[in-house]
Parts: sequence; C-alpha cells; structure tokens
Amino acid sequence: MTLERIFRDEWGRVLAGLIGFLGDFDLAEEAAQEAFAIAAERWPRDGTPANPRAWLMTTARNRAVDRIRRDRTLAAKTRLLDAPQTTEDEVDETTFQDERLELIFTCCHPALELDAQVALTLRTLGGLRTDEIARAFLVPEATMTKRLVRARRKIKAAGIPFRVPPEHLLPDRLAAVLAVVYLIFNEGYGGRGDLAAEAIRLGRALAELMPDEPEVHGLLALMLVNDARREARFADGTLVLLRDQDRSLWDLDQIAEGRVALDRALALGGRGPYVVQAAIASLHADDPQDWPQLAALYGELARLTGSAVVELNRAAAIAEAGDPEAALALTESLDLDRYHYLHATRAELLRRLNRLDDARSAYERALELVHSDAERHFLERRLAELES
Amino acid sequence: MKYLLLIHHGETPTPGSEEWEQLSEDEQKAVYADYQAINQTPGVTPGLWLQPPELATTVRVDDGKTLTTDGPFVAVKEALGGYLVFEADDLDAAIELASRVPAARMGGAVEVRPIVEQ
Repeated sequence: MTLERIFRDEWGRVLAGLIGFLGDFDLAEEAAQEAFAIAAERWPRDGTPANPRAWLMTTARNRAVDRIRRDRTLAAKTRLLDAPQTTEDEVDETTFQDERLELIFTCCHPALELDAQVALTLRTLGGLRTDEIARAFLVPEATMTKRLVRARRKIKAAGIPFRVPPEHLLPDRLAAVLAVVYLIFNEGYGGRGDLAAEAIRLGRALAELMPDEPEVHGLLALMLVNDARREARFADGTLVLLRDQDRSLWDLDQIAEGRVALDRALALGGRGPYVVQAAIASLHADDPQDWPQLAALYGELARLTGSAVVELNRAAAIAEAGDPEAALALTESLDLDRYHYLHATRAELLRRLNRLDDARSAYERALELVHSDAERHFLERRLAELES
Repeated sequence: MKYLLLIHHGETPTPGSEEWEQLSEDEQKAVYADYQAINQTPGVTPGLWLQPPELATTVRVDDGKTLTTDGPFVAVKEALGGYLVFEADDLDAAIELASRVPAARMGGAVEVRPIVEQ
C-alpha cells in the first residue's frame, strides 16, 4: 500500500481517537498532522511499521502530551496528562477504540450549519485537505478555511458533545448524518466523482460501525447502485436516460454489492426512505424493469417524504407501466412549476399521447428552467426530434 | 458548561394580552406549569421576566450626545422576553431544556448562548 493510501485510510480513525483522548479538536488535528508528517519522513527511510495505525496514534499522542506539558494553561483545560508516555511497540490495534462514530455525530450536529457539517465531515473523517474540499464545492479556499475554523470553534465553545447520541436523540441525529453523506454523494454524482467515492467510503464505514441500522445499509446500497451506472450516465457531455444507457458500462460487481447491502437493510426490517430509494435503484438496474412495482415503491417513498418530486417519478413509472393518461393527470396536481423535470416529464408524456403542440411548449418551458448543459443538450435534441 | 437561554416571545401570547385570553384555562395552566418545571430543573438559575418590548427605551451615545429612541433595539417581534441560566454537561442538554420552554412551541424561539468561562 502506498503511503498516501495508508494516510487516507488511517486519518479518520487516528484523528477520532485523538479527539476522544485529548477532548480538543484543534490540538488533536495538530498532533495528527505532526505524526503524519513524521511518518512521511521516516517510513520511506526506515520502512513502514508493522502496525501503522498504532504507530501514528502513539506518536501523535506523545506529541500532544509533550505540547501540553510545555503549555500549562493548555494542561488545565485538557482531560489527561497523567497518561504515561507509551512507545510504538507497546500498543496494538485493540489499545485504541474506534471513535469515528463519535466524531461523525459531532461533525453532523444540527447546531452547525449544513455547509459546515459537510466540510467538517470531509476534513476529519475523509481526510481531505481544505483546498480539496474548497475545490469540490467551488468556493475559494479562504472561505472554506473560515468555515472550518468557525465550526471547530463552535464545537468547543458551545459544548457540542463528542459522543454517539443517546437512544431518544438517535433517530433524528442519524438522519442528519445520513443526509450529510448523501449530500456529499450527490455533489459527486453531478460530475465530481471523487466526492461520490468519498461518500461511499463514509457509507461503508458507517455500515461497519452501525451494523444494526437498516437506513445505514439502505443509504450504502443506494449509493453503490447509482454510482455503478456513473460511466453510462453521460455521453459526449449529454445526459443519457436510464433506458438508453449502455449497460456494458455498468459496474455489475458494484450493483451486486449494493444489493447485498439492500438485502441486509430489508432483513433488519428497514422500510425507511433510504431503504425504499435503494430498492427503487435496484429495480431500475433490472432489465426489463418492473414498472408497476416501481410505481408502488415511488408511492411508498412519496408517503414517507411528502415530496412532490417523488410523485413526479411515480408519474413516470405509471406511464412506463402502460398508463400515460393517468401519469399526465398526476403531473397536473403537482406544485412544481419551477422544476424543469416536471416540464420535461410532461413533454415526454404529451409526445407519447401525440399531443405534439403541447409537448413542444412543455419542452420549451423545461429549457427555460434547466441549468446543466448536459441536460440542456438532451432537451434540445428531444425538441428537434419532435419537429422532424 | 454554562449557557444563557434567551427567550424570545415572537408571536407567543403573553399574560394580559387578547391572544392569551383566547387560550383555554388548561392551556394557560400548562404554560405556567412548564415554566415552573423548567425553573426547578437542576442546573437552572431562573432569570427575570421583562415587561413587553413596547415599553423599552433604546439608548445610544453619538459623539458624546445621548440619543434615546422609543422601543427595543431589535424589531418588537424579535425582542427578548426573558432569560435563564443553565449549567449543563453539553449543548445537547441545553437544547433539550430550550425545547421545553413554552415560547419555543408557541410562535417564539429560544436562543442558546454559551457563557464565557472565567
């Protein structure tokens, strides 16, 4: 394994362990950075230690303790200090608890704004550098630095706890964590693939840390199955609809892995929004698709989320199941006039019902509202096909 | 950690107002009972209730000259109605207490501010 790979894999665990030990984000991050820098210098020369994680953790701990000893005011504020210096050989994996779960619940605390939750999660658990996160979210690095500094400061000054929330808070707080991971995934799904891969990494870690939570497996399944179709979603900068996608570009192993996660979620009794979405994604990967079943699942999802966008998807499934009239009637009732997919879907339905003038104006309305170039090209092509 | 909970009434009916009179007797009692329970929660130091923001006078000093305006510094709807101090383990505990303040569910809001540790 390359050094970089080890660093990326170990950063979250080492940092989480240090925060748990030191009770201080800034101090922990400085110590972790120091340990990783020492490793980068020594390992290529002396060889990678047998247990890189324990080495990194111990080195970082010792550095932090040194610093605290030198700085008495800091000493008064941190938990430890009587802790003896340890050497790298004395410790093994089991010496350090995995505290990544505590860390992700802290980073996704609802008292932090969503942008900050996302940035902090990528920085601390994902090990992305501030400039990488800034680039991924198309903001200047200085803005991202400020966002992270403010978030860490609030965690400390406002007393946001470093722990897995108690039972009565867990459902809401887990939903917040999953929302952050899914948001990161969707940023990546829009084209920046690194973020999608990062979200899947976080999803896998969560599934390992919370093996009994169906929604965690549901989210992982959803991300795996959707991401497996990434290569086929765009051709020459144009969006390719699912039914027109080149299936040979799909990553079938990853779809299979997603289905295993979905089965696990269902076996745990999962019926929540991520599980239902994963089931939908899985059905979409079948050929031919079971449209009546898909329409039913979209109905279930609409009930869970109250989302008009989901109702729009249900309309599309109803149309595919053979009833475009009913689908069109359903779209009439949706309050989504500013949403280009509403008009794009209506245009397709109207075309199928041979109401070509209505279809044309629906395409034109969709084009007024669309933002992404790939989708614009798609709509323009459909409109042109209508004219010929 | 110590927190100041700033209670903003917003649209919350306050005793004596017309809206307050429209609440049933049970609802009124529940509000009093909830505030009492909060004040008796371990860690809570009850604050003082303020007269309505309409009775506030706001003072500024500009170039040595004292300027007064009738009314609160912020909009009436956003003005402070009361406060309390809460000593708790962490922010989650303070958020839980804040969510039990009647104003938070009756059209107002509670702002939780950590107090600077001395």
